[in-house]
Amino acid sequence: MSAHSHVEGQLPHEPEKATLEGRNKILGFWLFLGAEVVLFGTLFSAFLALRDKVGDGNPTADELFNLSTVAIATFILLTSSLTSVFATQALHAGKKNAMIGWLIVTVLFGLAFLGLEIYEFAEYVHEGHGFTTSAFSSSFYTLVGFHGAHVAFGVLWIGLIIGQVLKKGLTVVTAPKVYVSGLYWHFIDVVWVFIFTVVYLMGKVG
Amino acid sequence: MAHAHAHTVKRYKGLMDWLTTVDHKKIGILYLIAGGLFFLVGGLEAIMIRIQLWKPLNNFVSADTFNELITMHGTTMIFLAAMPMLFALMNAVIPLQIGARDVAFPFLNALGFWTFFFGGVLLNVSWFTGGAPDAGWTSYVPLAGSTYSSEYGVDYYVIGLQIAGIGTLIGGINFLVTIINMRAPGMTFMRMPMFTWAIFITSALILFAFPALTVGLVALMFDRLFDANFFNVANGGNAVLWEHIFWIFGHPEVYILILPAFGIISEVISTFSRKRLFGYSSMVFATVLIGFLGFMVWAHHMFTTGLGPVANALFSIATMLIAVPTGIKIFNWLFTMWGGSIKFTSANLFAVGFIPTFVMGGVTGVMLAAAPADFQYHDSYFVVAHFHYVIVGGLILGIFAGLHYWWPKMFGRMLNETLGKLTFWTFFIGFHMTFLIQHFLGLLGMPRRIYTYLDGLGFNEMNLISTIGAFLMGLGTIFFITNIIVTAVSGKKAAGDAWEDGRTLEWTIPSPAPEYNFAQTPLVRGYDAYWKEKMDGHKEMTPAEPLGSIHMPSPSILPLFMSIGLFIAGFGFMYHNYFVGGGGLALTFLCMLIRSLKDDHGFHIEPDELHDKGVKA
Amino acid sequence: MKRWNVGKRLLPLFAGMMLLLSACGRADLSTLNPQGPVAEEQFGLMKLAISIMIIVVIVVFAISLYVIVRFRRRPGDNKIPVQVEGNHKLEIIWTVIPLILLVILGVPTVNSVFGLSKDYSKDPDAIQVEVTSHQFWWEFYYPQYDIHTAQELVIPTGKKIAVTAISGDVLHSFWIPSLAGKIDTNPGTAVANGTANANKMYFEATKAGVYLGKCAELCGPSHALMDFKVKAVDEASFDRWTAAQKAPVALPSDPAIKDSLVKNCLSCHAIGDQGVLVYPSLTDIGSRLTVGGILVNTDEAKYDNEGTTYENLKRWIEDPEAVKPGTLMPKVELTEQELDGIAKYLSELKIDYEK
Repeated sequence: MSAHSHVEGQLPHEPEKATLEGRNKILGFWLFLGAEVVLFGTLFSAFLALRDKVGDGNPTADELFNLSTVAIATFILLTSSLTSVFATQALHAGKKNAMIGWLIVTVLFGLAFLGLEIYEFAEYVHEGHGFTTSAFSSSFYTLVGFHGAHVAFGVLWIGLIIGQVLKKGLTVVTAPKVYVSGLYWHFIDVVWVFIFTVVYLMGKVG
Repeated sequence: MAHAHAHTVKRYKGLMDWLTTVDHKKIGILYLIAGGLFFLVGGLEAIMIRIQLWKPLNNFVSADTFNELITMHGTTMIFLAAMPMLFALMNAVIPLQIGARDVAFPFLNALGFWTFFFGGVLLNVSWFTGGAPDAGWTSYVPLAGSTYSSEYGVDYYVIGLQIAGIGTLIGGINFLVTIINMRAPGMTFMRMPMFTWAIFITSALILFAFPALTVGLVALMFDRLFDANFFNVANGGNAVLWEHIFWIFGHPEVYILILPAFGIISEVISTFSRKRLFGYSSMVFATVLIGFLGFMVWAHHMFTTGLGPVANALFSIATMLIAVPTGIKIFNWLFTMWGGSIKFTSANLFAVGFIPTFVMGGVTGVMLAAAPADFQYHDSYFVVAHFHYVIVGGLILGIFAGLHYWWPKMFGRMLNETLGKLTFWTFFIGFHMTFLIQHFLGLLGMPRRIYTYLDGLGFNEMNLISTIGAFLMGLGTIFFITNIIVTAVSGKKAAGDAWEDGRTLEWTIPSPAPEYNFAQTPLVRGYDAYWKEKMDGHKEMTPAEPLGSIHMPSPSILPLFMSIGLFIAGFGFMYHNYFVGGGGLALTFLCMLIRSLKDDHGFHIEPDELHDKGVKA
Repeated sequence: MKRWNVGKRLLPLFAGMMLLLSACGRADLSTLNPQGPVAEEQFGLMKLAISIMIIVVIVVFAISLYVIVRFRRRPGDNKIPVQVEGNHKLEIIWTVIPLILLVILGVPTVNSVFGLSKDYSKDPDAIQVEVTSHQFWWEFYYPQYDIHTAQELVIPTGKKIAVTAISGDVLHSFWIPSLAGKIDTNPGTAVANGTANANKMYFEATKAGVYLGKCAELCGPSHALMDFKVKAVDEASFDRWTAAQKAPVALPSDPAIKDSLVKNCLSCHAIGDQGVLVYPSLTDIGSRLTVGGILVNTDEAKYDNEGTTYENLKRWIEDPEAVKPGTLMPKVELTEQELDGIAKYLSELKIDYEK
């Protein structure tokens, strides 16, 4: 099944699934997300095992976390997932410009989330909660930091895809890339929901 | 954006061909060579261990060197020898068995090989830079932490395995997608060969087990390089947490090792008994069950760490349960042979030798499962005996069987049968000599991972026998290498259906397989697709498509450079040189960028270039 | 094709196995020769398991042998055998029977798991011992008597010894094969704080004697040499031992040797109520069976690691690293006379408690 096939003017309805390569990429990426579930699951388990080990004199989770900041970050990320859905809808409708527009908005929201998180971490370090402070802090920064790194990678990835679509257009080759990056973006959003609950909410409640 | 079929594509020859290949068949051979070389390294380490232990209070190597030897022997054998050799067979055989022309992601396939290779090289560089890791292949903390292992050894372990592990995970995803999406028409899941099923389940295990190892290695790396506190007890860390994370990976890992061997045994025994596999559906079910249960038993490696009676009881029972589906498989193999016409080729000798040997390993496993008894066996030579019985007596015999069986398909020649039998008998006898006696050493009170033992404890004679057995195994390996060389020089050329009794699709094409595998994708009409056609009086498979232009993926040098980038980055981070670390990562990312931005259109093989013409539609 | 009679090869193997099993090993070291109730219960489970497993092995070996011999392809035989898909009845049999065998093994296993996890640490009749493992020595503290000792665990026969085990550095494992299965020692803060990482186990010695103890978790270069001894004596002797541990100990009479001892040794070790308890206590070192846990004290040295107490002490102090690679004891700078004097003094630090 050649990836060359492209009927001038009319993309198939789900262009990302029109080729074997596309279907392979989508299935392969779902499986990769399965592996990522285990990865984050293990990080969560380590965090849960160590979250009480704050150490004498160090700020506790309750003292550190500001739920309003975290709520804003959550809102930003959730909205970016929504805009990512709109982008995929535009993909299926064959509307290249709308799709690119929504992807740009998604990226901007992602950058806003990252900015907020960097600010948040800087505050914590200032308050005495550094990476090497305690077992709680190491596992906190590793878990939340890994998530942040995933967001950063996603921002970079979607940015590059926007560039590619602008150059090569929406084809059965570029469509799977857009679709799969959307899956990725939704995934890191779901992970954030768990982080928000397990790290921040449970940290406040104790 | 339409493209004509005549684009010029680079086709390489010689060394460049091998460095840029994305062809699963060549990648399989690369895995075999690299895995084979690492097997020899691990074997040498084993011989040195056994020389040190042949008599009490020996000083052939120092205590430090001995701990490095046992660590590297285990790590090398599991990650750099056994798994790659399994990947060799997976790559060589799976696309052929399902009637496909390559795997789902040929580029990633090559990347998987090169990351494994450079991860393995990085790990072994440690021998030359001041010390190999010496905290055991299980690298328990706090011993493996920066306080008690202040030199670079464990850093090599962490980073080497991290890089090699990327390759394995990629491979797992690749084979899952290949098997799900690319089977020939008519090959439903329940018509897949047993080896394909085994690899399918194994790939799922890889997918879910390796990320846990990734996290463990990251946590250990952060503790060692950046002063994190995951396992630093003084700051609230927990040493037993490492054990949990490691074994949640580690137990599925041993099923990743053995399930492919089970698949190989099913193929070999069936072919050389001229009978279909007995109880195919329950074999499939049993394999799935073993894979699933494999994730439920990790704490049986931790019975003595103080988990409490409830946990110990639950994990004991869960572990014992795995014996049931495993037993089902053993009996199914025996009853495949029952009523058959059994030919004892070398491949079949290894497969038949596997059965009693693996059963012996399996029953000591059930013995170990009883937690209170395990309080005596744990960390003694009884455990060493058990896992060598299942890994060497199980997996390695299985790999030998698979290599002798599929050699003709991979290389176009038959391995020499006399040398094959010599390999089998020396290795088999040497193996039992080395490890049977170790059960007793453990029961008599000899702990494991000890660089020496006192005189007068009753361990002397048994250790001597074990050492002699190890040399015999070495001799067997030498016979096999001799066989490879002799065959390469003057081996008998192999037919497509090399064993004349082929039942599965790989035997319907020439040996070695042509570049495009199948001139025409075959139509599968039942389980044991080729055998079915033979029994219906057909000499060949019915094609499922007309003869046409075959699209092939382009070779690429990028996987090699991506892996080199990671290799360089690893050194950078280890030695706290962030210039080098960043540079290496930059190289890798640059390659990823090039790959993403440059479209790979592949190339075509035209019908007139095909070796066997096939049936014109 | 050579006809090979598997029976001819396997039978001697089995015979050898049985012979070896009957040579149960040293009474002070073998798990097959239990000398206390805990090891006996564990050995019972081992015997049950192996009996069941031998049945499995015999069945599999018998069928294997039969098929290998009976269904060998004879030369010239080109028949295609009947292709059999399966047999439901057989498959049920070889699923159900193993499950039954597992129940037979599983029930006693679960019973023992709970039975052997009984906590005797609050039992007034039991002897409490806090075990702390170090690289590469064993520290024993008896809270009921406030006695600190090292390398040799003196216990009364017929009493439950309730062990609380922890590590002062890396993971180790406390194993006395002839008396009980092992327990890992996890790192944590002082046992007295009741830290959650301490592990509990118990054991008992029925007869008087010396039982060999081993470290059973890789802990560094001298993991192999981290032996300890359990010395079981009758109750009266044990009472004398605990009393004698509290008795004041005289330092060397020679002032030069005494000075050297205080300066070089008591900054790390304790003798009686002098010195510090950071490293192994030396209070009754002259009575101990070993020096450094590994150099066996005897007047009739047979092996490389044996010698008189005096010789062993000299050898150890002169170059600890040569005896136990990786040891934390430094090479102490002593003159020949100081070394002789200290070794002689220590070799005479005995407690007379046995009848």
